[in-house]
Amino acid sequence: MSTTEERPIGFGRLKRKEDARFIRGQGRYVDDVQLPGMLHGAVLRSPYAHARIVSIDVSAAQQHPKVHAVLTGRDLDGLGLAWMPTLSMDTQAVLATDKVRFQGQEVAFVIADDRYAARDALELIDVDYEPLPVVVNARRALDADAPVIRDDLEGKADNRIFDWEAGDRAATDAVFARADVVVSEEMLYPRVHPAPMETCGAVADYDAVEGSLTLWSTTQAPHAHRTLFALVARLPEQKIRVIAPDIGGGFGNKVGIYPGYVCAVVGSIVTGRPVKWMEDRSENLMATSFARDYVMRGSIAATRDGRILAVRVDVIADHGAFNATAQPTKYPAGFFHVFTGSYELEAAHCAVTGVYTNKAPGGVAYACSFRVTEAVYLVERMVDLLARELDADPAQLRLANLIRPDRFPYEAKTGWVYDSGDYETALRKALEMAGYEQLRAEQAERRERGELMGIGLGFFTEAVGAGPRKHMDILGLGMADAAELRVHPTGKAQLGISVQTQGQGHETTFAQIVAQELGIPPEDVEVVHGDTDRTPFGLGTYGSRSTPVSGAAAAVVARKVRDKARVVASAMLEVSADDLEWERGRWFVRGDPDQGATIQEIAMAAHGTVELPKGVEAGLDSETVYDPPNLTFPFGAYLCVVDVDPGTGKVTVRRFVAVDDCGTRINPIIIEGQVHGGLADGVGMALMELIAFDEDGNCLGGSLMDYLIPTALEVPDWETGFTVTPSPHHPIGAKGIGESATVGSPPAIVNAVVDALRPYGVRHVDMPCTPSRVWEAMQGRGAPPQ
Amino acid sequence: MQVTVSVNGEERAREIEPRLLLVHFLRDVLGLTGTHWGCDTSNCGTCVVLMDGRPVKSCTVLAASAAGHEITTVEGLERDGVLDPVQQGFHEEHGLQCGFCTPGMMLTARALLDENPNPSEAEIREAISGQICRCTGYATIVRSIRWAAEHPAAAGAAAETAGEAAP
Amino acid sequence: MQVPPQFEYERATSIEQALELLARLGPEARLLAGGHSLLPMMKLRLAAPEHLIDIDPLADELGYVREQDGELRIGAMTRHRELLDSELLRRRAAIFADAERVIADPVVRNRGTIGGALCQADPAEDLSAVCAAVGARVVIRGRDGERVVVMPEFHRGPYETAVGEAEMVTEVRIPLSPGFGSAYEKVERRVGDWAVAAAGASVRMDDGEIARAGIALAAVGAGVTSAEAEAALAGRRPSEEAFAEAARLAVEHCSPVDDQRGSAEYKRHVAGELTRRALRRATARALREEG
Repeated sequence: MSTTEERPIGFGRLKRKEDARFIRGQGRYVDDVQLPGMLHGAVLRSPYAHARIVSIDVSAAQQHPKVHAVLTGRDLDGLGLAWMPTLSMDTQAVLATDKVRFQGQEVAFVIADDRYAARDALELIDVDYEPLPVVVNARRALDADAPVIRDDLEGKADNRIFDWEAGDRAATDAVFARADVVVSEEMLYPRVHPAPMETCGAVADYDAVEGSLTLWSTTQAPHAHRTLFALVARLPEQKIRVIAPDIGGGFGNKVGIYPGYVCAVVGSIVTGRPVKWMEDRSENLMATSFARDYVMRGSIAATRDGRILAVRVDVIADHGAFNATAQPTKYPAGFFHVFTGSYELEAAHCAVTGVYTNKAPGGVAYACSFRVTEAVYLVERMVDLLARELDADPAQLRLANLIRPDRFPYEAKTGWVYDSGDYETALRKALEMAGYEQLRAEQAERRERGELMGIGLGFFTEAVGAGPRKHMDILGLGMADAAELRVHPTGKAQLGISVQTQGQGHETTFAQIVAQELGIPPEDVEVVHGDTDRTPFGLGTYGSRSTPVSGAAAAVVARKVRDKARVVASAMLEVSADDLEWERGRWFVRGDPDQGATIQEIAMAAHGTVELPKGVEAGLDSETVYDPPNLTFPFGAYLCVVDVDPGTGKVTVRRFVAVDDCGTRINPIIIEGQVHGGLADGVGMALMELIAFDEDGNCLGGSLMDYLIPTALEVPDWETGFTVTPSPHHPIGAKGIGESATVGSPPAIVNAVVDALRPYGVRHVDMPCTPSRVWEAMQGRGAPPQ
Repeated sequence: MQVTVSVNGEERAREIEPRLLLVHFLRDVLGLTGTHWGCDTSNCGTCVVLMDGRPVKSCTVLAASAAGHEITTVEGLERDGVLDPVQQGFHEEHGLQCGFCTPGMMLTARALLDENPNPSEAEIREAISGQICRCTGYATIVRSIRWAAEHPAAAGAAAETAGEAAP
Repeated sequence: MQVPPQFEYERATSIEQALELLARLGPEARLLAGGHSLLPMMKLRLAAPEHLIDIDPLADELGYVREQDGELRIGAMTRHRELLDSELLRRRAAIFADAERVIADPVVRNRGTIGGALCQADPAEDLSAVCAAVGARVVIRGRDGERVVVMPEFHRGPYETAVGEAEMVTEVRIPLSPGFGSAYEKVERRVGDWAVAAAGASVRMDDGEIARAGIALAAVGAGVTSAEAEAALAGRRPSEEAFAEAARLAVEHCSPVDDQRGSAEYKRHVAGELTRRALRRATARALREEG
């Protein structure tokens, strides 16, 4: 069996199988679902950030000739559905009953013949609000006079959600006390939004006769959603079918369950007809899962000769009005532990306080790997600040402190065990690709001429693939994933997986994993995903967990099939299974290679009449549930070159070099695509993306006119490279890649901007580095965004 | 009101509300769901279709205003079972991930190549700068359009791997 | 997605018919040109006209750029794309190409029209500043005939123009003269964003001196033109000092506000910087007879 670069049998640059439908406009997204008799829902949202609801009058809306029903919190209360659990064990209002707690909160739901009529009817609803004091600044949320947002929670008298810490405080204090050099800085990782091109939505179709619910929804986790709907709506789980059809980008935005989905379900039950709800862009930006909003005070300690000793950080985490972050139960700050970065430290400590504010709920979204984004930004900015303090070259300082290859598996000071790494090689490769020395020489020349050029480095260690299920669960559901592989008599296969693509190319890469293990062409493997009726249970796609968890499941289940095939082959060839050897796609008799059977022949025989050993069942189908023994730890070295216009403060990203190591590379085309997308995210966050609020809690980033996402003109042609350090515990040595670049690129860009502004004495600029904010920093008046 | 719009070479007459946006006329009335929408403010470009050969944002054009114009949607790119080189290019160069911005991007690419068969990278970036892609970081989209420029008539032959249309 | 409220739809196939409809339907009727200012406002339910008069059929009649009687004449339905592509404009008033490259995005530019942009009169809109900087006059047609107004008369303030209830803009006229040069400079946070600040400038050079200067700022709460700055340049030889003085005067008479695009202080600074840059380029173009 031959393998070529163009048409690999297993791993390699295979062009995507799923493209065929997308390039023809034949993708099927939630809003493309049309059902007979389908109605359309629209959500009325609060104009206030914090207000008591005095009354809601829906009578005029109900009289609209095209309106079928109007739901309010009171209606849902009667069904026990006015509140729902969040992914962080908090509760969230589906439709507000007592008061609204952020601008854009769901207040009523109209169901009408079409979306135009539903939108019109919203204007006929009369809500009387009594405005309340507002707190939107996380730094003020714990002030004694701050309004208490969650007075629905019994005994709640402040806005504190949790206090959490990691590392050793005393040991860290001791190291800081004796360090030659200590550098501190407060930095904000501002609130941003994943803003996938497709907004969130659902089509609910309740069949009253069967008592069954079919829900098409924009979900990254269809199985988890099914279970949650069963628990919340008290529908029997076997009667619920959740279908995630094609998804127009997720990035973490589509992990949670939103009130609109619940309203669509209730609407279908109430009207007896299918109900579609698709949010508009403002709803998406104002009410669904945001990301970040971490106020971080970091400190780094080092010796005078540049050995990093310790890092510590205190964080105020703004979770908005409901604690709806999607993260493993025991990890209220996600995997922020990796703020220890990629460096050999003597001690480290962090403390995170979560607070409620009058802002939209969320916190973990936008390709953040459960807060690794914030952690990497913090440590990489601190290392650059240290380099500046020591007057050291940031590349040399990093090279001197990176964890050495022989130290893996490496136990970091906050308890994570990094599985594998060769950091220095990756960093040296990035420096070489960029021509680091020449860049520094060019920078010196330009500075002479008064031009502002900056070179920024960032090195990251990611922690992805949640998780070992005894440590990690979401609402009690352990974070394992299943796979089932059916091998048809002709040797064609169907792989059912529990994760869900939102563009990552699962239909191709998962076929390649099976192809690699079974030696059949990937075209012969149909990957089924996104439909709870057709796939096995698992927790879904986010936190770069598809390859580390579900990819492992696919390899393991393929190996089970291969093992079973060996038994069948031994019956076919009438030799002992021990005498059989495997080569791609075929079992053959050791010492007699002509005697053998291909997987296709074995599959036919397994469904045929060959007599199988006692206790061996016919067929080759197998299934598995994969429980990862550890996270995987991808890493990378990034370098960014920027130019800043001294007259306007405008930043231009001239070059971006990214060297990534995600272990074994299943499909380099797709890996590069994932990296490219994340780098563009990084440019967006570093330079323009921001969900800001005014003092009254009005959202200032509620449309794509205000929430800016990079276009093709703000990003350079990416220069990517790679190294390969396989994960020792993953069946095929692969690590996640989906979020590496989103995590790793912002600090490189900000480091470059600050480097460019060195002649102005600037030591830090909070993101986003807009022209105005950069210029203000140049004047010595930089301030965090509001 | 009654409106007649030519879509992908076919006259389509329908009774509509005057306020119906072209994007909804295509998607909801004609069932051509390859045209997507992604915002309310003409910023994202997901809804781009060609109007007399030029890209326009169909969320900001009334269906009524489209009367008398020729509209081309993604469904009109493939001719007689042969992919447009732009479609083939997006497959060859991994110019799409989630596929949501892809129809609009491909149509803009088609219009660009019709006017400028050999665009530079800078010209391509400029041409697609009214359309947002959240997945690709744009570099592979640029390469996809360059691929199409370099293979103006290659699509039919190369369509092998992209040939499996969805059921 | 958001959708416009209901309205009655009319379609005008001639200017006369459009004016007739405007007169008949009254103040709750609006003209729909390219739709790229009005339809977004309607979707956000910030505008709810009872009648829309679609003048798309006038695109050919009112879509032109030509030179006539010592003036550039631009039809009101000329789309941004045509302004950008016009060889004539590039040669005689390069400021249009400068501005059009950074107005919205290429797809929006395929639909939006100069008349629509000027009538929307958004305070951050670029073409108003361009037209003001080059001393353009606007032709307003009513059923009783037409009048021609200068930009300071036309542009009455944010979202307010001199166009009366039953009138429409049909043409923009730009005076031409030898030794003319113009330029536009803009800072935006991202391609397609509205200006953080922008400056348009034109100069007419005569015997090495600036015979007449035009300066107009966008998005910073300035007057339609920066008259004091223009006056300060008249009769002077171009120099960095003269440009700096003009920029200082232009900035003195603007009143930007803090918002997400930038602080008022920054906008003031950058308005001055851009004024200097625009004057430099306009002068260089004038000296090379490049419009």
